[in-house]
Amino acid sequence: MKDRQHAGGNTTVSRRAFLQGSGAAMAATAIATGANEAVAEAEKPSRLRSAGPQKVVLTVNGKQHTLMLEPRVTLLEALRNDLNLTGAKEVGNVSNDGADTVIIDGKPVFASTRLAIEVEGKNITTVEGLSEGKNVDEVITAFVKHDATQCGYCTPGFVVAVRAFLNKNPGANLEQIRKGLGGNICRCGTYAGVTDAAVELCKQGGA
Amino acid sequence: MADEPNLEYFWPPREENVLIGKDIQRIDGIAKATGRAKYSSDINTPGTLFAKLLTSNQAAAKIKMLNIEPAKKVPGVRAVYVFPSAYDIATGESKEIRWDGAPIVAVAADRPEIAADGVRAIEIEYEPLPFFVDEEDLAGAEKAQEETGIERVKSLGDNTEGDVESALSEAAVVHKGYYGIHTISHCCLEPHGSHCEWDGNDKLEVHLSTQNVSGTPGQFAGPLGLEQTAVHVQGHYEGGGFGSKFAADEWDLACAEMAKTTGKPVRLMLDRATELKIAGTRPSGFIDVTIAADAEGNIIAWDSHHWGTSGMAGGTVTLGKIPYVFDFANRNRKATGLVCNTGPNRAWRAPPHPQLCALTMTAMDDLAAKLEMDSYDLFMKNLPNVSKGIDDRIDVYAEQMKIAAEMIDWKAKWHPHGKGGGEGAVKRGLGMALHTWGGGAGPCTCLLKVHPDGSVETFLGSQDLGTGTRTVIAIVMAETFGLTLDDVKVNLGSSRYPKSGASGGSITVGGVSSTHRMAAQKALRQIFNLVAAKYDVKADTLAAKGGQILSDGKPVCSWKQAAGLVGPMPLEVQGETTREGLTSATVGGVQMVEVSVNTETGVIRINDFVCVQDCGLIIDELTARSQVLGGMIMGISYALTEERIMDSHTGRYLNADLENYKLPRIGDIGNLRVKMYQPASEYNRGVVGLGEPPVISPGAAISNAVANATGVRVPVLPLTPQRVLDALQKGGAA
Ligand code: FES
Repeated sequence: MKDRQHAGGNTTVSRRAFLQGSGAAMAATAIATGANEAVAEAEKPSRLRSAGPQKVVLTVNGKQHTLMLEPRVTLLEALRNDLNLTGAKEVGNVSNDGADTVIIDGKPVFASTRLAIEVEGKNITTVEGLSEGKNVDEVITAFVKHDATQCGYCTPGFVVAVRAFLNKNPGANLEQIRKGLGGNICRCGTYAGVTDAAVELCKQGGA
Repeated sequence: MADEPNLEYFWPPREENVLIGKDIQRIDGIAKATGRAKYSSDINTPGTLFAKLLTSNQAAAKIKMLNIEPAKKVPGVRAVYVFPSAYDIATGESKEIRWDGAPIVAVAADRPEIAADGVRAIEIEYEPLPFFVDEEDLAGAEKAQEETGIERVKSLGDNTEGDVESALSEAAVVHKGYYGIHTISHCCLEPHGSHCEWDGNDKLEVHLSTQNVSGTPGQFAGPLGLEQTAVHVQGHYEGGGFGSKFAADEWDLACAEMAKTTGKPVRLMLDRATELKIAGTRPSGFIDVTIAADAEGNIIAWDSHHWGTSGMAGGTVTLGKIPYVFDFANRNRKATGLVCNTGPNRAWRAPPHPQLCALTMTAMDDLAAKLEMDSYDLFMKNLPNVSKGIDDRIDVYAEQMKIAAEMIDWKAKWHPHGKGGGEGAVKRGLGMALHTWGGGAGPCTCLLKVHPDGSVETFLGSQDLGTGTRTVIAIVMAETFGLTLDDVKVNLGSSRYPKSGASGGSITVGGVSSTHRMAAQKALRQIFNLVAAKYDVKADTLAAKGGQILSDGKPVCSWKQAAGLVGPMPLEVQGETTREGLTSATVGGVQMVEVSVNTETGVIRINDFVCVQDCGLIIDELTARSQVLGGMIMGISYALTEERIMDSHTGRYLNADLENYKLPRIGDIGNLRVKMYQPASEYNRGVVGLGEPPVISPGAAISNAVANATGVRVPVLPLTPQRVLDALQKGGAA
């Protein structure tokens, strides 16, 4: 048996065709839900993008960056490999560990679950954006105070997750903290320190 | 200062310490929390290529056909490397693939997604071979060996003390039980791997995610045909190791080779699945045990046979240490290793104590139940049976047990197993376990410099895994010179610095703290002599405190003025591990836990979990507590959810991803409390080390608490809801 071990080789269906296919599927859904919107959508300039490297403009920590990326490049890859913003970490192939947490338009998002082209025009805040010059986010100082870091690999993602959580829930109680920060994994076991840091910040109203 | 006049190097009297033993924030905390700390996986020197692996999806196979040419044709692919351990590309001869996830080909490309295209383009055909992965199934292994003629079962020996048979016949109570603990993976969040860059053809710069900065250059140099001087290994931050990152691995050599052939830097980090499959596992252990006591609860006999796997090496939990912490006058033990087609084991935090503890203290707890004794009383009663070699710690164990029991209110809350009452489906219970670890002081050397402007720095080829190594060194130097942490600089993580041992086994803090106390005391004595001569005071009246030099408590000069006396060039001194007077070995600890078990869903919650732990002289109590908390949390993980699941039909690691390889989250750990046991006797014996011990007891303690809650033993860890429900059904309880 001749075995292409991993599915999705680049021989049969071109990426362009694939993207067009998914574009058509989206349109079909639109028709099912509302024919008028579908017509309006169809009259707008096409949102289809070529599969090759193309200009992508990202707004990260208030600065604009123009990159040449294939559409399949994730935000995490673009941040780490193209912008050298390596605070967000790549831990899992399917992100569910939170080490890659960034804030996009105010919401915490796993950067490996977004394509870079998807987040053009949005405001992206990475952990690097929480400590510019002498301005260090209170979350960071609280993490250090409560020793919420060991190896530190999960820490930047946790810091961003706590910041986003506090923005929404400035006065959260312990139970809410334990539920709200469940998106991040730490292997070294810093959860007690993270909890203490978050509890202290919530007592201060989310600082 | 003259408490121990016969010793050349010694710690300050405890009450004089400004920094040692206090809660000191780690000095690299800001770098880590801001994301500025650069791990090997973060190194992006210009032109860096990204590498991905093709790994085996077979547990045992030969490669019938391998065609890498299509990968080479993918635009942007720069190098394709075939692992010699899998296939000889020159002759077309296949080596034997022996486990799922074994590396076969590495592809380096301009971008990671192109490297993935390259991997997908490779054509490979396997010829499957027989495999065996059912590590709990001793009879199955014997049968497989018989049927295939392939070795699956290895006798690992047996030995006997006393006369078990007569002891059993005289015993008041005999308990027979079966217990087990499954294999887990190290699962470092930063995967294994490196960034390699050549300077010309004969100099190699490596950023390696390693616990062994000083020890790894030779592991690159040998296979690459270089002089060791040509290899520079750096590891400034490590995203977890836990015993799995002592060596340069074959994929690191692949990275270096591809960097050489392309003339470009290459970064190769394992993907998550491969990290879980091949970058380190902790051996499993399963045990049939008979344990017996007299009517008072003195344990008089132990008879056990345990088995499990460490992979193809066919090892299991070490024979010579079971039963654990305790040993009994009449004792048989026997071990059998299963040869399984699974990724190889590596030292996992406190090897193999967590398994030993889980296989021993569960049986003791069930014996207590059979004796209708409080488990606490049984453990206390049997302290005289603590193993030789650690029996000088019996009184410490007794003290620690009392403190822990008070913290968790054991005597008020304990009830006989399964007799806690309560109306609903949720039952509460208490469990405990004891542990031991050697620790001590590992080899270390340093070069410490006092600059004429008063600044101080040290260089050493050690590494900080997140245990607080940098911080401990800074505290020791600052305390000795009477300075602040900002006045001292710690340079580690380079193989060009004075050599330091690998960090594993709780020996780093003993090594680096004694090395720096020695170097700093040496330097300070030289500076005192200079001050004495210049200011006409006696050197033996001098002390360095608060940035000043004092003579009998009166200021003589500032530290800067004193340092200026060394002349135009820095004063350089060397330090090395100093055991006498500064360090010691062997620690113990006790953990007690209260759990809730939902007997309808099988879900266990940790309510309250306490640890009382000694570790000699504590340099930084904040980071020491973090080590203990981290150990307890890793323990909750392997006690409740974490395990490698092998598929007997395909031989594959089924849950090699973080959705199904279940680690606890922040809401899963309950209330954790740590009490560092530190009477004067602990301070006086010097520094020991703490990384391993707190991770040992949780499995047994939590299992015992579940048995106490439900009246039913869930025999095998982790105690997943399914295992809890199965045991309840079988046990007929609740
Ligand atoms: S600090 Fe190591 S993974 Fe969280």
